[in-house]
Amino acid sequence: MSSPVLFLLGASHHKTPLELREKLALSPERLPAFHQTAATLPGIRELAVLNTCNRVEFYGAADSAEAVQRLRETFCTFQGFPSDAFATISHHAAGLPAIEHLLTVASGLDSQMLGETEILGQVKDAYAEAQSRGTTGPVLNRVFQKAFQHAKYVRTHTAINAGHISVANVAVDLALKIFGDLSSTRILLLGAGDIGEKTAKAFQSCGAGSLTVASRTLGRAMELATTLNATALPWEHVAAHLGEYSVVVGSTAAPDVVVTLADATAAIKKRPSEPLFFIDLALPRDIDAAVAKLENVFLYNLDDLAKIADENLAARTAEVVHARKIVTEKSAALWKQIESQVGGGR
Amino acid sequence: MLQFTDRTWLWFAAACYLAGFVLGTVAVIRERKLSRALMYFIISAGFTLQTFGLYLRGLEVKGCPLGNTFELFQFIAWSAIALYLVIGATFRLSLLGYFTSVLAASLTLVSLSFPSWDPPARANIFGGNSWIEFHAALALFSYGVFCLLTLTALMYVLQVFSLKRHHLHGLFSFLPSIRELDHISLRLLTAGVVLLTASLGVGAVYWLDDTTTVNALKLTVTVSVWAAYAVVLILRLRDRLVGKRLSWALLILFAALLATLPLVSGSHAAP
Repeated sequence: MSSPVLFLLGASHHKTPLELREKLALSPERLPAFHQTAATLPGIRELAVLNTCNRVEFYGAADSAEAVQRLRETFCTFQGFPSDAFATISHHAAGLPAIEHLLTVASGLDSQMLGETEILGQVKDAYAEAQSRGTTGPVLNRVFQKAFQHAKYVRTHTAINAGHISVANVAVDLALKIFGDLSSTRILLLGAGDIGEKTAKAFQSCGAGSLTVASRTLGRAMELATTLNATALPWEHVAAHLGEYSVVVGSTAAPDVVVTLADATAAIKKRPSEPLFFIDLALPRDIDAAVAKLENVFLYNLDDLAKIADENLAARTAEVVHARKIVTEKSAALWKQIESQVGGGR
Repeated sequence: MLQFTDRTWLWFAAACYLAGFVLGTVAVIRERKLSRALMYFIISAGFTLQTFGLYLRGLEVKGCPLGNTFELFQFIAWSAIALYLVIGATFRLSLLGYFTSVLAASLTLVSLSFPSWDPPARANIFGGNSWIEFHAALALFSYGVFCLLTLTALMYVLQVFSLKRHHLHGLFSFLPSIRELDHISLRLLTAGVVLLTASLGVGAVYWLDDTTTVNALKLTVTVSVWAAYAVVLILRLRDRLVGKRLSWALLILFAALLATLPLVSGSHAAP
């Protein structure tokens, strides 16, 4: 029997627009059926499916290029996707380039949001899924396990994932710089807008102590509070209770400021030794810019947060060359090991 | 190797602190996180060497080495490092090791650079009384606490500057949160005042027996330092002096404290 060929076949956000990715994505219900069908195709020895919102990729070991071609056709048939169209948007690699691609993906270098960390978990899930289905073998086991190690190495030895690059997470990062642990931090969300909701969720995912929603329409505030497992505060009580909160997120559509300098001054007097952090995500702005001059008060508006996110992205981008060099070196070393282990497939 | 003098060991200790400072600075410039374990190891090595140097000095003077400005600077740095080795492991405040190495390197190197601060002739300031020696050591240890407090106050000022001016990269990106710094500063301030109060309490027992044993200058300076820190603590507890103003007050106080050290040590003129 010939040595298995390590291969990669798939489509990602680079060449595939969202409307096509939607058609290619394997739903959680259909993924097991496809995985089973594909793994039993003649010539396919090992198979792992990486299925995320930005990519559908198959990593495997096959006896021949024909077996990979059969996998391509089976996938297109399974998804009802024209195979000639798939050929124009898909990417395919074998041997070292396939390893290099997996390491690039796992390191977050191939992600839409450069350096994001979620992808490594998704690659781990894909491998675990393949393992549980018994479709991994000596090639994929070695490649994936080393890919996890090397991806971690890239992240710890470069600044590829340094700083956050979304406005909501930058806001949370700033709150951590002010308060450290957020578990005792009370958050007040002013307005029920989309960006405010996202920021509130980001705070909750970082363990914020409690969340309160206030909106001009109490019904809307209560609705969002229910969604976010928070409490609602009548709008007319906001100024009086401002000092009870550590973080105030403004995201209303109000034409004028909703937190005045006098409101903030009164609030900080109630908590002189505790900082007060205003995050103004609204346009026009919700919070009077003059509050930034108050002692122990910190104010960041949408532009400030976006600027930090841009700087973080620039810092990550500057690390790409260094990170790619590491990936290339690690991939070559791993490829040598695979070749000596199972012949690797050329 | 054991033929080295106490000052040589103290130079070695200063070199360790300097190494911590240099490594930390390089890490900060490169925006890389310096290994806390490595910094802890370097400072521990410096502390061990400094302890040995001060031990040799103690054997030589047959008592706690607190007899001149050089020894006072060394003992304050040693106390601050001893406290850092406890606090650093407990609270894991990022960059505290770096700042501690900077201050320890400064204090030890400055004290070693002025031979006149360490004259061969010295007064027997304790008169063989171990309680007075304890009083002095406790007072100097409280100064060590204030030394570390100065570092947390400085970090607080820098973090507030960073957040207010939106400068979040470089050194600023590694600073602890301002609430953590505020909490640790309050604990250090309380500990320092308690230790200095205890020290003055012990000293007062002997001073009341014979008021001529301590000259007026030393007494005035020491009580002023104690009173100033006590007032700051009370104001902080009452939320009258908080945030950046508290930190600036602590920085100025420690600068004043250091400035008065030669006055205190100079008050014991060699016979």
